[in-house]
Amino acid sequence: MFKTLALGAALAISALPAFAEGEGHITDYAFSFEGPFGSFDKLQLQRGLQVYTEVCSSCHGLSFVAFRTLSQPGGPELPEDQMRAYAEQHSVFDETLNDGEGGERPATPADRFPHSSLSNAPDLSLMAKARAGFHGPYGTGLSQLFNGMGGPEYITSLLHGYEEPPACAPEDFEGYYNVVFAAGGYPEECKDEEGHHLFPGSWIAMPPPLSDGQVEFADGSRNDVEGMAHDAAAFLMWTAEPHLNSRKQAGLTGVIFLAVLATLLYLTNKRVWAPVKAGGRPIGHDQHGV
Amino acid sequence: MSGVLHDDYVPKTRGEKWVERRLPIISLLYGTLMIRTPRNLNWMWIWGIVLMFALVGQIATGVVLAMHYTPHVDMAFASVEHIMRDVNGGYMLRYFHANGASLMFVAVYAHIFRNLYYGNYKTPREITYIIGILMFVLMMGIAFMGYVLPWGQMSFHGTSVITGLFGAIPFIGESIQTWLLGASAVGQPALNRFFSLHFLLPFVLLGLTIVHVWAFHTTGNNNPTGVEVRRSSVEEAKADTVPFWPYFILKDFYALAVVLAVFFAIVGFMPNYLGHPDNYIPANPLATPSHIVPEWYFLPFYAILRAFTGDVWVVMFVDWITFGIVDAKFFGVLAMFGAIVVMALAPWLDTSMVRSGRYRPMFKWWFALLVVDFITLMWVGAQPAEGIYPYIALIGATYWFGYFLVILPVLGVIEKPLTPPPSIAADFAAHYDPQTGGTKQFAGSPAE
Repeated sequence: MFKTLALGAALAISALPAFAEGEGHITDYAFSFEGPFGSFDKLQLQRGLQVYTEVCSSCHGLSFVAFRTLSQPGGPELPEDQMRAYAEQHSVFDETLNDGEGGERPATPADRFPHSSLSNAPDLSLMAKARAGFHGPYGTGLSQLFNGMGGPEYITSLLHGYEEPPACAPEDFEGYYNVVFAAGGYPEECKDEEGHHLFPGSWIAMPPPLSDGQVEFADGSRNDVEGMAHDAAAFLMWTAEPHLNSRKQAGLTGVIFLAVLATLLYLTNKRVWAPVKAGGRPIGHDQHGV
Repeated sequence: MSGVLHDDYVPKTRGEKWVERRLPIISLLYGTLMIRTPRNLNWMWIWGIVLMFALVGQIATGVVLAMHYTPHVDMAFASVEHIMRDVNGGYMLRYFHANGASLMFVAVYAHIFRNLYYGNYKTPREITYIIGILMFVLMMGIAFMGYVLPWGQMSFHGTSVITGLFGAIPFIGESIQTWLLGASAVGQPALNRFFSLHFLLPFVLLGLTIVHVWAFHTTGNNNPTGVEVRRSSVEEAKADTVPFWPYFILKDFYALAVVLAVFFAIVGFMPNYLGHPDNYIPANPLATPSHIVPEWYFLPFYAILRAFTGDVWVVMFVDWITFGIVDAKFFGVLAMFGAIVVMALAPWLDTSMVRSGRYRPMFKWWFALLVVDFITLMWVGAQPAEGIYPYIALIGATYWFGYFLVILPVLGVIEKPLTPPPSIAADFAAHYDPQTGGTKQFAGSPAE
């Protein structure tokens, strides 16, 4: 498996695929953290961590995420000892070791996940936020606003979006056909006379990373490609936005507080203005009359 | 405060007299809070308070963010992530700050269009208006420099495009661009100076705010009728006005609470909706995003910049007549800045003797079209420059200039305005007349 991954990455098309117009179809998957009251599902994040560890991490990194955050509230909430054990499985380069020459040591909770091991495999820390651009229809952003479509939907769809390449494509065309990925290579043979693409998506450098039943979940959850992709996407949303739960809580508190305050101010304002609107003399300044 | 007739503050207690003799600060505060304000101001007069609150909020959150931010090309992106992940409440601070910029622009656009409709810019409030436009330009500069600081893909490439505009100035453009960036391209010197200026300029904006308030406290507020407060006697002035405290402070605070509730909902539930996803990818000079789009609040002016391409006959004509000095690129830059300049000249371009749009039957429609035009430009500014979009942008940009340079001067001559009410008191009484049920506006009657 690892050999295929390395080989696929060697066939890389571009180091940093930018998001383009005309993306393929993205399924509106449901996630527990959608909507104003949504929050992360701890068990799903743990499964996502497992998928990341067993599959994604062979090429990709999470260089902004510290191991200690795996135990933070609102995340996968691993027990402290498990988190420490997880960190120790990784080794980090420490420049203070060996009298300043530097050397490898096991990671501690304060360390971060390793960088991507392949230069063309992007870091996944922020992927769920960096791939959240669905400003349709007609660039108004209404779909994102009302359907809550964002990065996790994109990631799930992408991981589940590998298909047999269309017959028009040459056998040896670099990469793997994915109906969701828009920024990859696209063979000339599959365009019409005006240069429009005849098929959705494009050819991505990453080989299909998941296959049915690849990861065994301890809780026996769905482990077909779609199920694993869904868990991995949820986990990546957490790595991109680790404080999502507390942010929504703060937002809700703020909205409720301000709604109450606005109501009180509305009533006060109405009452203070009532005599003025009824044609009476205003209070305030005039009472001080000089 | 001069202007509207009012009662002055008279110190009563010994303490007040002691302070007042040495520093008249109590009378200054009293004069500011008790200023006589037209009693018929409507809900479009709330945006000034929203702007003031947002500016102070931006400075407060910004100062704390600056404590944790590192203006270095290799560390800026990571330091923002450090704020988002490790700083206590850092994610809220940053989202407040990023969305606070949007709040300020929502408020400033509402504020500006309020002025354009009710003719606030007309004599004697030109200076208030011009200072306001200066503040708007300064705000755009501050917002632009702030967007560079996270050093994401859109920060970097957006800056390259916008500072590249200065390179379009003939002869001296490239020197100016290099001087601004401190180098021939966007890099460490640019990031460092933008950080410094992004910290400094909001305080200049705060200073201009005080001058802005001072200016309109001198002339008095305009109001929806555009009729001045009567000044022949204190009684008449009092019939037209109420003191700012408590009437308008309570009203403004109520409006502010409603606006902030919406703001909190955006920050809490969809803080990245108004941003661009590409800015969560660290800046990489070698990989240009397929689509470089400025933040939403720059889009109308960005659309005007892109509208005048080399195949528009005006552009070709100007290119020919200036022997190629004003080429299409420079023309676009001139158009973008010109769009703000014509807006600043509105006090002298508008020839109508009637101040408020409420009593100008033809003006109303042209103004409504201007609002539609502005929103259309905002939308088209985010679209790729292909297909039908450049034509829409060109029509939109033409109308923007046409409104200020042709329609405003001509309307004042050909339009037959309605007669505004004799006084603010009359308008207010007609609106709240207990006999007639009290929600009718003083509709005005045709002149002659």
